[in-house]
Amino acid sequence: MSCEYARTTLHGYLDGELDAARSAEFERHLESCRECATALAAEESLRSSLQRSGLYEQASVSLRKKTRTELDGATSSPVPRRIPAWRWLAVGASILVVASVSWYVWPRPGTGGAASAPFTAAELIDAHVRSLQPGHLTDVASTDQHTVKPWFDGKLDYAPPVKDYADEGFPLVGGRLDVLAGRNVAAVVYARRKHVINVFVLPTKEPDTPIHPPGLRQGYQWLHWRRQGMEYCAVSDVSLSDLHELAQLIYQ
Amino acid sequence: MSGFDQGRSSDVLDVHERARFEQLVLPHLDAAFNLARWLLKRREDSEDVTQEAMLRAFRFFRGFHGGDGRAWLLQIVRNTCYTWLEKNRPGELMTEFDEELHLQLSVTPESLAISGDNRERLGRALETLPPRFREVLVLRELEGCSYKEIAAITAIPIGTVMSALARARQRLQRALTQTPAQEASREL
Repeated sequence: MSCEYARTTLHGYLDGELDAARSAEFERHLESCRECATALAAEESLRSSLQRSGLYEQASVSLRKKTRTELDGATSSPVPRRIPAWRWLAVGASILVVASVSWYVWPRPGTGGAASAPFTAAELIDAHVRSLQPGHLTDVASTDQHTVKPWFDGKLDYAPPVKDYADEGFPLVGGRLDVLAGRNVAAVVYARRKHVINVFVLPTKEPDTPIHPPGLRQGYQWLHWRRQGMEYCAVSDVSLSDLHELAQLIYQ
Repeated sequence: MSGFDQGRSSDVLDVHERARFEQLVLPHLDAAFNLARWLLKRREDSEDVTQEAMLRAFRFFRGFHGGDGRAWLLQIVRNTCYTWLEKNRPGELMTEFDEELHLQLSVTPESLAISGDNRERLGRALETLPPRFREVLVLRELEGCSYKEIAAITAIPIGTVMSALARARQRLQRALTQTPAQEASREL
């Protein structure tokens, strides 16, 4: 093989990986170089043989089964105490439904536009469900915003806004440190009758947004917005109108 | 390791993570097995190593923040295969740089005309290549990966994927044009 093009450029051309300029250059070369024309035909024939030959080997049924069994062993049991069984039935049913549709509700981190949150819906719901387990809801339990707000001091590198909305029907319950997308975030907890609302707050450099349309998964709804350098996500199983009411109170 | 952050491992993941894994990674089990099968050749070994790689992937899954689930999984499969080869068949990883690569080749479509026992002949030829050539061919021709994906999976710089493929194809053509006797002696 004496032609320099035949050595590598030809392969980029064959694989459709050359940019337009190099591709055009190679095509011009191809018109006059017999060696490349022959080599390209040979490569194309080899490729089609490889692809038609049935060399691709699929996983056997037994490997599929064994893999699932192994994964089952590495998956934690989904039933913690004191969370009503019906809720987990709902969670299970939702997972089945969601798994057959699409898992991501928001664009993935780093790829989306201004509307994307820096964490996934799955991470958000996880954090919310975790907080409902016994003893996990609050690190500081107080209805006094002047107790909850300073509690975050020194625990985070930002100061999340904390306000009590008891008069509007959303009493402050407390606050806690949580983790979303691998970073520490503030969770401010409110009550609405007997329901819990988690408001996750973290800093952002993105511009303000209105309150985005709600997300829904596993029986939980959430609202997401950005305001004055903070990213908010309110999650709960309260009605959407209640959740929206609280979101608007915080947004003001 | 280039390409992806595999993150920290954890032994047990919860049901939500499991569901996400089922959605994003498990559909690529065939791709995982096919790569292992061509790297390790023997079906039984390939099944064991694929299974091990799937479990590893699950344990590292928290470090996967979306993107190309197939490339992320194949990178783990490949690493698991090489670790296995180093331990069980170290000889296979040592025949990498052999000078015959630079010999002249004159290949025509006719000399490569493949018919009849197609699959067997191609499969045997592919298996005579060193693993590092075999994997780029499998990823490109059987799996349909882009150069970018191949670079992420195999940890070769993206700028050299094209030449790696060129050399691998040259090797494969050579293996196909060799007589069975020559093939047999190579395998010894």
